[in-house]
Amino acid sequence: MTTQPAQRRAPKTGRFDNSVVKKTVMAVSGIIMILYLLAHMVGNLKAFSGPESFNSYSGWIRTIGEPALPAQTALWIIRLVLLAAVVLHFWAAISLWRQARRARPVPYVTKKRVQQSFASRTVRWGGLILALFIIWHILDLTLGAVNPVGHDSTPYDRLVASFSNIPITLFYVVSMVLLGLHLRHGIFAATQTLGQTNKRRERAVNGLAYLVAGVITVGFLLVPLSVAFGLID
Amino acid sequence: MNLTLRIWRQRDRTKKGKMVTYHVTDVSPDMSFLEMLDVLNEKLILDGDDPVAFDHDCREGICGSCGLMINGIAHGPEQTTVCQLHMRSFSDGDVLDIEPWRAGGFPVVKDLAVDRSAFDRIISAGGFISAPTGTAPEAHSTPVPKKNSDAAFDAATCIGCGACVAACPNGSAMLFTAAKVSHLGLMPQGQPERDSRVLKMVAQQDAEDFGGCSNIGECSAVCPKGISMETISRLNHDLLGALRAGGVPTS
Repeated sequence: MTTQPAQRRAPKTGRFDNSVVKKTVMAVSGIIMILYLLAHMVGNLKAFSGPESFNSYSGWIRTIGEPALPAQTALWIIRLVLLAAVVLHFWAAISLWRQARRARPVPYVTKKRVQQSFASRTVRWGGLILALFIIWHILDLTLGAVNPVGHDSTPYDRLVASFSNIPITLFYVVSMVLLGLHLRHGIFAATQTLGQTNKRRERAVNGLAYLVAGVITVGFLLVPLSVAFGLID
Repeated sequence: MNLTLRIWRQRDRTKKGKMVTYHVTDVSPDMSFLEMLDVLNEKLILDGDDPVAFDHDCREGICGSCGLMINGIAHGPEQTTVCQLHMRSFSDGDVLDIEPWRAGGFPVVKDLAVDRSAFDRIISAGGFISAPTGTAPEAHSTPVPKKNSDAAFDAATCIGCGACVAACPNGSAMLFTAAKVSHLGLMPQGQPERDSRVLKMVAQQDAEDFGGCSNIGECSAVCPKGISMETISRLNHDLLGALRAGGVPTS
């Protein structure tokens, strides 16, 4: 076969056209979200110390830095950083997804999996479901718009009202399991994308991925399951 | 052994292809997979049919020419090249689906043969050193740590067959590009162009309609030379370093 000199497209030279740079954006925004999730999980666990502790923690988030900072300043900074991380994570994912679709215009008639994990295979669709979960979650527990007790309630009331409802708890549990899978692959992939894995560290990196994914999943499941089983009311 | 083969037949890159069923009889378990296809082709030629086109050259597992998707696995059930795969890996009566590598960067030329010149263009973008090397220098003049020389040699075993792209759910050529980048990047001779090399090769890889890596690991699992995912991490590390050092992705 003779080589074919013409290439289909001229290489793009923008920094953000580079697939590895897109993956780096994905990795860094993912790490920011993981750090937030850890803090969020710790906050949730205050539900075990009773309504006062939970509600005052929620109040504290809105008054961090007072009186030096106006009310909700820290909260809005956190929200804006998170929003930026979500948007960038989503942009990188969609952009790489489209690139992957272009890269295989004709599908295989038969294709077998040799070693890929369930977590790595479901990372894209799992991510989309998580995006929907986040929207519902904010409407439910932050704004109270779709919450049984509405928005004129304390955070603790909304928590108990939401998870006393079995379908809502089930949706939450499924989403948290998907989150765990997403994190299990995502943490390994982020380490690899940032160029920090090698054969020697492979076990440690995979172990860390399982550990963080497990802690976050279990940590987030404790409160809703405790409400559903009547341990918190 | 008697086998049923379902083979992708496509006249050229502009035509649509389809799977066609053939039967081969009296296959010896000692035949290589390519010899089995030769037997089929001889029969097709005697019957006045068009033989199945497939790439092959050395048939010793070192040239990287052959490559087929056999029952959904690149290079078939053993982690080797198709020419080194023997029919003893299959059983009598098996039905085998045989397809070409499928990737935007590898257009089908005919049947099972694909155009892999995209790989040549990735290499032309930076997979070389431009210093005239002359004869081999005295070995002690530039010491190379054993660890680096071993890792560079592992990466250099890449034969450019394209199985990594074929197996990747994203159709990414990252393992190939990473092997070439690591091979030179670990050697003292590769240092002067290390930053520009990685930037140019990745830009070319993206331009050739290959996908981005999502660290799934199918590539390494089917690589006939067992090149590790570690090389991809090394490429990522080099690329981020090159961008931090002020490099601009050019081609």
